[in-house]
Amino acid sequence: MLMPKVKFTSALKRFFPSLSETKLEAGTVRTVLAKLEENYPGISSYIVDDAGQLRQHVNIFLRGELIKDRIHLSDEVKPNDEVLIFQALSGG
Amino acid sequence: MHTLNLLVGTSKGLVVYPFHNQKPLTPSVHFKGFPVSMIYVDDRTNTWWAGLSHRHWGEKLHFSLDQGNTWHQAGLPSYRNYEYRPGKAATLKKIWVMQQAGHDKPGCLWLGTEPGGLFYSEDNGKTFHLNESLWNHPSRLDDQQWFGTGKDFPFIHSILIDPRNSDHVYIAVSCAGVFETTDGGKTWTPRNKGLMAAYLPNQSPEVGHDPHQMLMCQSQPDVIWQQNHCGIFRSTDGGKNWLDIGGKNGWPFYGFALAVDNHNPDVAWVIPAESDESRIPANLQLQVCKTVDGGKTWQSKSEGLVQSFAFDLVLRHAFVKQNTFLAFGTTNGNLYYSTDESEIWQSLNQNLAPINSLSIAMS
Repeated sequence: MLMPKVKFTSALKRFFPSLSETKLEAGTVRTVLAKLEENYPGISSYIVDDAGQLRQHVNIFLRGELIKDRIHLSDEVKPNDEVLIFQALSGG
Repeated sequence: MHTLNLLVGTSKGLVVYPFHNQKPLTPSVHFKGFPVSMIYVDDRTNTWWAGLSHRHWGEKLHFSLDQGNTWHQAGLPSYRNYEYRPGKAATLKKIWVMQQAGHDKPGCLWLGTEPGGLFYSEDNGKTFHLNESLWNHPSRLDDQQWFGTGKDFPFIHSILIDPRNSDHVYIAVSCAGVFETTDGGKTWTPRNKGLMAAYLPNQSPEVGHDPHQMLMCQSQPDVIWQQNHCGIFRSTDGGKNWLDIGGKNGWPFYGFALAVDNHNPDVAWVIPAESDESRIPANLQLQVCKTVDGGKTWQSKSEGLVQSFAFDLVLRHAFVKQNTFLAFGTTNGNLYYSTDESEIWQSLNQNLAPINSLSIAMS
């Protein structure tokens, strides 16, 4: 079954050493992050804040472009998509 | 033989200096490259706590049960489903301070945060819940009573537990002021009488003050000291009344750092800065000031400190005292200590990153 791939900045490996490219069920960015949390407990707090919004200095790229909805993370993730989770070039 | 460990939280990691027989040994480095904004040692269990303020990844809280050999990530305080103002979600900006809740409350911890929430854990930091009584205090919802100054939001930076009764707690908020609970946090009362708020049209409001750091004399807990934005204040009646004890000639007056003697209620130290406009040492001389008479008089105790071209600022949590050991760290990465309360300062490191927070652990 075709599933979206999630790739990460290497900076996150410092906190989650076993982190590697992961295939997860399609859905929305929010549901993908929820699945990711099941695989790597605690990782979602690095990506979203306690209101559930994408952190200011974290970017998620979908099909090569920044996601549009940083608040509700409602962008649709299709089975053949690639999701990239990077830190922004900001924040020190 | 006891080892004193000086834990130094810097903007680029935690550096731990062990001291044997009052001599520093080779330090160890933890969280290398990461901003360590808060350090706390729970003396009940010798648990070391570190708050990290990742620019990208947000606030994180870690603890060590084995003096830093291994670290574990704790739970995080969360503002999920709470609003800072109606219609505006609250989010955790910074973990400012941690305090164990009392020897009769094992596993219980208080946590002070920005944007003004006080959290409590009953399971050694696995989970935290917001103290809703304080969060819903009418003053907190008023922009003229709780507000940010140096930061965008108000923050709780000091938490004091009365050693006679652990349900009796004081907090200090910048900006709002001092609050007291005598029922374990169910109700809160402002305790700001006698303080000055020179930046407001009404300079003596019930709430709206800017304490920078607040400490209690552990052997006489009704004696509480604070370095405030508008001077130095001391209370001898458990915070009901505050007396201005700043230097009579205007020095010391402004600053952040404060240390108090836990046995003699008349003894305290501050590290003054020139003013809120410049935040540099007066005359570019790094000085520590001491009072031994409850703030009636102050003396400079600065032997060993740089007395020219010093631009060092000492932040509110970067000055510690334990028994006769004193230490402070500066935003320029200078770390000083004095082992015998002689206040003859020795330099421990001149090349650290900006120092945010110090704590002492015995082992």
